Amino acid sequence: MAESTRKKRVKIPRQDMPVQEAEDRVQNFTEVALGFTLELARLEAERCLQCKEPKCMEGCPVEVSIPEFIEAVRSGDMAKAVRIMKDKNNLPAICGRVCPQEVQCESRCILGKKGEPVAIGRIERFVGDFELEKNTFEVTRGPSTGKKVAVVGSGPASLTCAVDLARLGHDVTIFESLHTPGGVLVYGIPEFRLPKAVIRSEIETAAKALGIQILTDHVIGRTLTIDELAAQHDAIFLGTGAGLPMFMRIPGINLNGVMSANEFLTRVNLMRGYQFPDFDTPVKVGRKVAVIGAGNVAMDSARCSLRLQSLRGGAKGGEVHIVYRRSPAEVPARLEEVHHAEEEGVIFDFLTNPVEILGDDKGAVRAMRCIRMELGEPDASGRRSPIPIKGSEFEMEVDQVIMALGTSPNPLVFINANGLERSRHGTVVASQDTGRTTMEGVWAGGDVVTGAATVISAMGAGKRAAADIDLYLKGETKW
Amino acid sequence: MNKILEKKALSDVTKLMVVEAPQIARKARAGQFVIVLIHDKGERIPLTIADYDREAGTITMIFQEVGKSTMQMGTMQVGDSFKTIVGPLGHPTEIEKFGKVICVGGGVGIAPVYPIARELKEAGNYVISIIGARTKELLLWEDKMRAVSDELIVTTDDGSYGRKDLVTVPIKEILEAQPGQIARIWAIGPAIMMKFVAATTKPFNVPTIVSLNTIMVDGTGMCGGCRVLTDEGARFVCVDGPEFDAHRVDWNSLLSRMAFYRSEELQAVERWRKSHECKLESAVAKGVE
Repeated sequence: MAESTRKKRVKIPRQDMPVQEAEDRVQNFTEVALGFTLELARLEAERCLQCKEPKCMEGCPVEVSIPEFIEAVRSGDMAKAVRIMKDKNNLPAICGRVCPQEVQCESRCILGKKGEPVAIGRIERFVGDFELEKNTFEVTRGPSTGKKVAVVGSGPASLTCAVDLARLGHDVTIFESLHTPGGVLVYGIPEFRLPKAVIRSEIETAAKALGIQILTDHVIGRTLTIDELAAQHDAIFLGTGAGLPMFMRIPGINLNGVMSANEFLTRVNLMRGYQFPDFDTPVKVGRKVAVIGAGNVAMDSARCSLRLQSLRGGAKGGEVHIVYRRSPAEVPARLEEVHHAEEEGVIFDFLTNPVEILGDDKGAVRAMRCIRMELGEPDASGRRSPIPIKGSEFEMEVDQVIMALGTSPNPLVFINANGLERSRHGTVVASQDTGRTTMEGVWAGGDVVTGAATVISAMGAGKRAAADIDLYLKGETKW
Repeated sequence: MNKILEKKALSDVTKLMVVEAPQIARKARAGQFVIVLIHDKGERIPLTIADYDREAGTITMIFQEVGKSTMQMGTMQVGDSFKTIVGPLGHPTEIEKFGKVICVGGGVGIAPVYPIARELKEAGNYVISIIGARTKELLLWEDKMRAVSDELIVTTDDGSYGRKDLVTVPIKEILEAQPGQIARIWAIGPAIMMKFVAATTKPFNVPTIVSLNTIMVDGTGMCGGCRVLTDEGARFVCVDGPEFDAHRVDWNSLLSRMAFYRSEELQAVERWRKSHECKLESAVAKGVE
């Protein structure tokens, strides 16, 4: 690259993505970030220095050829960009929206050393959206191998594994327990962050092109068991996620108005409770809502609460708090979500931890007794651990408490799965490189192995497992 | 799949449906439940499996029209299909030879108690069944219950049929008359009935099992909306239950949680009635023309 072009490129500022204004978007559930235009995408792509040894790719769990697809966008060859992307990532429209790029690809971008990194995620989303609209790329199925694979769950790990295996010519059947495929993408992530139409389109396109059969309403462990699936398939992939919500062990958690983020988000997203009574599932929102935790799920819960308050005309005097026991530096949520939540008016109470939820005489939440925290030495996670400050307890008036403290794997799937070993946290023991479990012919990946993590890391695990399953089915590797 | 093969009205508000669900029928056992979803805009509601036929590949569900969803379900006809029926969910009833047992069913709760009584009888137990309802019209399956019981007592609150008593009265009589004879009691019915059965049997220290029908969304352990307080802490009805030791349940918390969405339920019923009446009126008007 000529030095002059390089200088010119470096001078282009990182392009912002158009968004719905905060005061408008809290009144609706439609998408907040509107996506790049072709002009913006090409201008942003222009910023990429096309490093000879690109570091960005090292930060991508599925190893997308980032500089290559960006170069294709820069030159305006969108079909090529799609081809490069889909070679590694089957769900770019989803990843572009939900990946924490700031700690992955973008954190390695050389431009980020002095200024701002290339907005890789935003360009990726543009490529994904372009493809959803234009359908330029045809995924094709390899010659049939006659091997049957059961994929349990239909979230990011399972979908990725299923698509990769079907491309290689295996017969894939997905077993999903809910009535809609997509896993956490449909029950957890709200419409305003990841529209259902995007998920449906990505799944339907791939399933149709590759002949993947999706069986909804199948609770593995109950409707069928792992042992039964094993008898009928040549391999099984478990991507059942971490769906079991955790509650704090404090008094008052069974009061009316206390719920898991899973319940709240499932009512809102999967069941479309925000459209009650046009949709039959109700969802309540308090006047003063406290969301406990500060991960993506907490941000989603807080932002759904704000929207419900506005839509139901209760915005006046309504408040939504994020109550987090650590400081802003430890917040695990994606940067963009925290930023959007702040803009929309979510109040952050850092270094604060509930010790008791207080009810009224009817068994409904009226307040939360909290204690102030300070940060001590780093704990096992490397984050400074919060320590309660003696005598700092206070009462916070709230009428709804949403627990977003993380989740663990749903144990139902393990009924009659002989030989499948699990850790004491309930996660499946599986190889990091191949996804192999302790039960022959069964692979696992995503949150069911790692505990709640990110969409893209689950996809990476699904990909690695698919590669190993393929070798195994072809007889190129032994168990 | 999920097609209605048979529909019967057991009372004005109680309906029975036999539905095609071969995978569920193959696995179903007494005490388990299914989640049904009527259509794309519907809500997921838990219903106990009242009976199943493995060979025919069918399950039987009995429900009372108490909310919008069950009212709408009541309008479905033979040949219609549910969007979703998923199951069998929850732990099956623990069936073994206990000796002399009592099976109590209240109102629509008689339906889920029936397969339990049948399996207990088949396992060699001496089964005393007590079925009760507010009024004669709400009683169901007297014949079926009689066929699987060694003794059957029928009560109504208003005395319109059988004994004019709450189900707790004959329970107490039996426990007093046959001290130490009753090995175990099952009671399924409205939460308030189960609460009082628990209170009745507690002083006699007879293990009492209830099947809880709390608010649920997914029914697979994901939402925790169904959680119930027991003396061992919070438990999920969908995956830890639906059966619980009646003496360990915090009944007041349960009753209060079950009423959480009362105002929304009333709103939905009101809206359903209106739209339904409109349709009826326009149908009548058309008929007149």
